[in-house]
Amino acid sequence: MDFYSFLIQLLNGVQYGLLLFLVASGLTLVFGIMGIINLAHGSFYMVGAYLAFSLAGLTGNLFTALPLGIGVSVLLGFALEWLFYRHLYARDHLYQVLMTYGLILVFEELRSIIWGDDVHGVAVPDLLSASLPLTDNLSYPVYRLAMSGVCLLIAGGLYGLIKKTRLGMMIRAGSSNREMAEALGVNIKRVYTVVFALGVALAAFAGMIAAPVSSVYPNMGAQVLIICFVVVVIGGIGSVWGALLAAILIGLTDTFGKVLLPDYAGMSTYILMALVLLWRPEGLFKR
Amino acid sequence: MSQYTRRNFLKGGAAVAGATLLPAARAQGARVKVGLMLPYTGTYAQLGVAIENGFRLALAEHGGKFGGREIEFYKVDDESDPGKAPENANKLVQRDKVDVLVGTVHSGVEMGIIKVVRESGTLHIIPNAGADAATGGMCAPNIFRTSFSNWQPPYPLGKILMDRGLKSAVFITWKYGAGEESLGGFRDGYSKAGGKIVKELFLPFPNVEFQALLTEIAAIKPDAVVCFFAGGGAAKFIRDYAAAGLKGKIPLFGAGFLTDGILDAVGDAAQGIETTLHYGDGIETKRNKDFRLAYAKTFLLQPDVYAVQGYDAGLLLAAGLAAVKGDINNKAGMIKAMEAARIDSPRGPWTMSKAHNPIQDIYLRRVVGKENKVIGVAHKALADPARGCKMV
Amino acid sequence: MKSKTSVLLLIVLLLFALFPFVGEKFYVQLVAKVMIMAIFAMSLDLLVGYSGLVSLGHAAFFGLAGYVLARLAPQYEAASLWTSLPLALAACAAFALLTGLLVLRTSGVYFIMVTLAFAQMLFFVFHDTPLGGGSDGIYLYAKPELMLGGTSLLNLEDHRVFYWFVLGLVAAVYLLLQRLLDANFGRALIGIKSNEHRMRALGYDTFRYKLGIYMLSGMLAGLAGYLAAMQYGFVNPDILGWHTSGSVLVMVILGGMGTLHGAALGAFVFILLQEVLSNQAWFGPVAKHWQLAMGLFIIAVALFLPRGLAGLSGQRKLREETHG
Repeated sequence: MDFYSFLIQLLNGVQYGLLLFLVASGLTLVFGIMGIINLAHGSFYMVGAYLAFSLAGLTGNLFTALPLGIGVSVLLGFALEWLFYRHLYARDHLYQVLMTYGLILVFEELRSIIWGDDVHGVAVPDLLSASLPLTDNLSYPVYRLAMSGVCLLIAGGLYGLIKKTRLGMMIRAGSSNREMAEALGVNIKRVYTVVFALGVALAAFAGMIAAPVSSVYPNMGAQVLIICFVVVVIGGIGSVWGALLAAILIGLTDTFGKVLLPDYAGMSTYILMALVLLWRPEGLFKR
Repeated sequence: MSQYTRRNFLKGGAAVAGATLLPAARAQGARVKVGLMLPYTGTYAQLGVAIENGFRLALAEHGGKFGGREIEFYKVDDESDPGKAPENANKLVQRDKVDVLVGTVHSGVEMGIIKVVRESGTLHIIPNAGADAATGGMCAPNIFRTSFSNWQPPYPLGKILMDRGLKSAVFITWKYGAGEESLGGFRDGYSKAGGKIVKELFLPFPNVEFQALLTEIAAIKPDAVVCFFAGGGAAKFIRDYAAAGLKGKIPLFGAGFLTDGILDAVGDAAQGIETTLHYGDGIETKRNKDFRLAYAKTFLLQPDVYAVQGYDAGLLLAAGLAAVKGDINNKAGMIKAMEAARIDSPRGPWTMSKAHNPIQDIYLRRVVGKENKVIGVAHKALADPARGCKMV
Repeated sequence: MKSKTSVLLLIVLLLFALFPFVGEKFYVQLVAKVMIMAIFAMSLDLLVGYSGLVSLGHAAFFGLAGYVLARLAPQYEAASLWTSLPLALAACAAFALLTGLLVLRTSGVYFIMVTLAFAQMLFFVFHDTPLGGGSDGIYLYAKPELMLGGTSLLNLEDHRVFYWFVLGLVAAVYLLLQRLLDANFGRALIGIKSNEHRMRALGYDTFRYKLGIYMLSGMLAGLAGYLAAMQYGFVNPDILGWHTSGSVLVMVILGGMGTLHGAALGAFVFILLQEVLSNQAWFGPVAKHWQLAMGLFIIAVALFLPRGLAGLSGQRKLREETHG
């Protein structure tokens, strides 16, 4: 591999990692703050992609579909929290695993009933449909670069939200000491509802902006879910920066694994995880 | 092969599921029991439905009877889960005691079915799964296929590429059975024609992050790229290929599954891609037109290659049962008739190879608009090499 | 209570032993499968119910043992049960030791995710490398033989003999675990589950206990996987997939964790439910969406039946689960 190809592969890895971060950020947030293990997170990603498909079809443009889709997914988040998740906060992780596993099956079937089992596509918005030439025969789609930018913005935004805002303060209070926070008048119930809806919206948003490059198809959430778990484990539960770093590490491992060791590419990310755990059992950034 | 036990009268009391809903007085053996083991949920659900529709259309066109006998269906959703495959096949073979097992789509699941039917001796028709072994190393007198072997569709591409002066190619696919077998078919045809595969690229299945490998392709600069992908992954690959600017610079080819069922999703990125398959759009024969019209009328859907394969599975069973006048117990007679059958398929007539795989024309198709337009025959009457089959 | 339970279990055992005389072949095989899954579920219950270690990667052991058997079997002949079973179990123990040293350093949600990820890693080992035989799986042409000095002790190819063989193993596993859990070992585990710090303060090497139970659990899951591969003569990477892990977890909780018979009951009900809900003959076109009903059912169990079916009888062994 010459140096120039190496740089391009680096770009590929980082870009993939940033998208992984976007999906995983909601997962790590919900884990870290609410202590909920949510297997259905991948389903929210899938719902987002299908929403993008339907809404972009309806409105004719992904840009108008995005705010609508976020609205729908926030509502979905509220509804799911109210109906299901809220009853499991005090219970063992086991039941969270069980219930969210059930939710995966339900979401897949509902997807099949509502949208069918076809593969669908979402058009790249005209504004971002150009490509930048990198070599004589390879160019880089602007949309992918824009996605990376959005992912970085979200990372910064999340950091700011948690560190700098009143909501963030309540979130931090709630996750470090629930009773104390409640005694101080923080409405933990409401904080949890908001955080969960935010988690759903993040996953759905990732699904929406990924839809134009990934297409929209059944079971698309399951693949993403497991890799997101690895991101969260490596990064350290609840750590936004950890997730960002881990996601980029995985993006690079996956990219270079495919190029250099194709037979072992499927395993490479898991081997990375094992190595990190050997070194730091609670991930890179323990909260 | 162990003995085929038809129906165990002594234990008939054990209410076989399904029988309970039928009139109690139904005459024993009046109907032929056909088991459909297909994916009805999950990624391949659409394919399962198309195959069943095709099969039912063939039945309807025969007046609801094959060889003078009515058909009773038993259905099992195989979920495209190979882990459950032998067990699901057992449901049909042993619980429902079907006479014929029709299925399935997924090659891994198919291997599980073959395991079961090779032991039970149940007549088995494969309406899709392309695993080479099904009519290769695992071939058996009771196993027939009406679709293709993974080797078949990409084989003719080799000559086509060479005819156009494309002397070096990169092959890219998922690291799994169908992809590797497709590569095998292409490699055979391409090296025979004098071409050279400069690099074989694999992705872990079902990873769809193609960017790294596209970058590699761009650096290698082959004359052509040949691939095996299907479904959602295919749609994403085609889009990524175009977005990376490779479309128009390095022509992309593939086995036909690449562009089947996804053209709505992919849009412009797929235009002009050429693939090879045993079916396509715009086969202007009366046979095909009649079939398409009848299918569209009955199911309010456009038929696809899977529907054709299911339809042909029906035609094949019809031929077998007609030859023995509906006597399903005359298995030797049926097998003989099915081996000799000339199937008048919408894809064009085809016959059975000794290994029980279609000897069929492979078409060259080009994506034009939302269609996989047939632009010629890539290979006339192509037979699978059936490596390892003892019946050949 | 103890003797009453024993009598009940004996009756159940007897009924199961008699079943092959009346049941059709398909149902005999189905019940044999349920019993295999019961071993699988009991093995997971050791972790989930008795040790508080929620594993979402238990299918790794199940599949590993199956693959070891498939790899050891000569192409068209039977493998020897005497060698292949111990080797399969040893492989599971080794994998449990190796991963256990890592995963047991974690706890809670970490444990869940890390076990899942390791199972996924093994999936790719068998899916991608020459070790596994690819995505289409490997056949076993003949069931392993149980030979003694040139004569076959059991004709396992006969579905009834196989059934009784499995039944014997289920009973043996059940008794073994019952013994073990009633002994000091089991009490120590429950102590570790409720308060690991205290147990450590009392001088227990809790990590070794956990590693021990993790390895035992892995080997028993391997036994189940070995039997499953033997029953259907086919292994495929998907048996290591996370849906297999998910299903067995559902079985454990459905039956009632922390009770061995609960896990077995869970396996029975879960498989029965799958059979019924997906039955096209009974539900017609609705059966296509059987996973929707399954999903709702699982959610309902999680929400309303935390102690599972065994908990319904009132004979609870476990306190209400809470975590802080």
